[in-house]
Amino acid sequence: MTAQDSATGAAAGPAAQMPPRAGLAGWSARIARMSETWTLAILLVLVAFFSIAAPGKFFTTYDITQIAVNAAIYLVLGVGMTFVIITAGIDLSIGSILVLAAVASGEYNIHHGGAASGWGTVAVCVLIALAVGTAWGALQGALVATGKIPALIVTLGGLGAALGLAEIATGGQDPAGAASDHLQSSLGYGKLLGVPWLVVLAAAVTVVFGLVLAGTRFGNYTFAIGSNPAAARRAGIGVGRHLVKVYALMGLLAGLGSVMWLSSYGTTSIAGHSTDNLKVITAVVLGGTSLFGGRGSVLGTVIGVFIPAVLTTGLIVIGVQQYWQDVAVGAVLVAAVYIDQMRRQSRERG
Amino acid sequence: MGVPIPPLLAAKGVRKRFGHVQALQDADFTAYAGEVVALIGDNGAGKSTLVNVLSGVMSPDAGEILLEGAPVRFAGPVDAQRRGVETVYQDLSLAPDLDAAANLYLGREIFRGGLLRPLHVLDRPVMRRAAVEAFAELGVALKDVRVPVAALSGGQRQSVAVARAVAFARKVIFMDEPTAALGVVQRARVLDTVRRVRDRGVAVVLISHNMPEVLAVADRVEVLRLGRRVASFAAAGTSIEELVGAMTGSLDQQPDNGEDRR
Repeated sequence: MTAQDSATGAAAGPAAQMPPRAGLAGWSARIARMSETWTLAILLVLVAFFSIAAPGKFFTTYDITQIAVNAAIYLVLGVGMTFVIITAGIDLSIGSILVLAAVASGEYNIHHGGAASGWGTVAVCVLIALAVGTAWGALQGALVATGKIPALIVTLGGLGAALGLAEIATGGQDPAGAASDHLQSSLGYGKLLGVPWLVVLAAAVTVVFGLVLAGTRFGNYTFAIGSNPAAARRAGIGVGRHLVKVYALMGLLAGLGSVMWLSSYGTTSIAGHSTDNLKVITAVVLGGTSLFGGRGSVLGTVIGVFIPAVLTTGLIVIGVQQYWQDVAVGAVLVAAVYIDQMRRQSRERG
Repeated sequence: MGVPIPPLLAAKGVRKRFGHVQALQDADFTAYAGEVVALIGDNGAGKSTLVNVLSGVMSPDAGEILLEGAPVRFAGPVDAQRRGVETVYQDLSLAPDLDAAANLYLGREIFRGGLLRPLHVLDRPVMRRAAVEAFAELGVALKDVRVPVAALSGGQRQSVAVARAVAFARKVIFMDEPTAALGVVQRARVLDTVRRVRDRGVAVVLISHNMPEVLAVADRVEVLRLGRRVASFAAAGTSIEELVGAMTGSLDQQPDNGEDRR
């Protein structure tokens, strides 16, 4: 059990601090109401199952580290997607934004020393990646905010356009020397007290934006807009302006994701991100965030990101084809949305 | 009421046209501090348009709006709210997924002080305490202000919407059919609220189709017909027949035929 405790500590630790302080009396009722509760139960059942099915093999330190590193980028993307989906929006373009940001910063790096480039170049590359992501996200947000084009279409167009621009810039080939060795040896492979920097970064992003969502005006407006945009407008909230910010935040985090990707893999992987959007949306929805807007949490997304990650590793460890993971996640996803719908209907009747 | 003071809110000769429809033609309206004035009229008489103009949702094509005797031009509903004019909308302008306290303070959040101030961190305990007080003042018993509004009954939800407007209305509050879709007990409670708000010196403008209700709670009744104010009654001295007559125009068209109510 100690191994498990440390595992959930590493996985859900950042998020565990997030529920707002409340009286002990209200706690049990609140926990029972929270949609994260049953998702967390699924995660714990999976962990318990694999631990029993493969004693001593699952949840070795190596496994935990691997799961966390694999999940780190999806977690960062998932945090942004949580905000977007809570506004009743969607962003299909995240994988393409990640590629575009990676190519933009990668091209700069190639022309400023390549793999041997110095720290100054690394800093500029990071800024380029974040700026490209934010700008692309803000542009899509502005289009969504007009209210004339559904977010699904705006970001579907963005998905194609961003990827196309990346391919034009590179001729469709991943350029060599896109990432500095400095970046790879620090953020990519480095560790802080035994915890990979990628995981530390993802945890920090998760905690910060989890608190922003749960405890600040920005988060409150995000929920209000997803819940009833007309009410938000009547309350004097600049709905359009807030949507731009939310999509820009998603872009910023996709840009950060590109930095994490480059540091971890050293290549732009232009063709490797076409299903990022589906994976991240799945994780967010698994975590109890409603596709219809108004409800959700970063804590839920953390759990939602780790369910597929645990499934993949677990299935490999117990010797089942890991492709069963896709089947299982797909089924759970459909069930999760069904349950969300049921909850919504019963609540509205009551 | 209030003979020496100017009206708190007044409309003079307001016109508003939508395409071919002249929704308001030289409409007048007055509301005094500390009174409930009912605004009645048949469907299409221009009530909603007039309320929209007076609450800053629409700007009039012509005519003027006076707030405490001075001409005003509201830049929008938020501008009107800033000047103390609030509206409770018929279609419940609440965010159902937020709790009652968050809805009460939506757009006017209270933040934590100190170092957290620039981060706009919500001070939920303060907002919740204030919300409990605000609801208590309206005689609404909410067991838990942290429950999402969607989980409340229709009456409770309406109370939250009313409380939201009441908490911030310093001068005028418009209530568009505030008791529609409510049960008997809740209806009485909302009407109680209306009186209590009036007693604080706020002008309450009640838009309603329910004539007995209008006579029960209003101090004065203004009647709109075909985009124009056609009558103004003191509620104490009038009857449902008289109101309906003014609304439909039968009174001025057939003044001598007492039998014909249509």
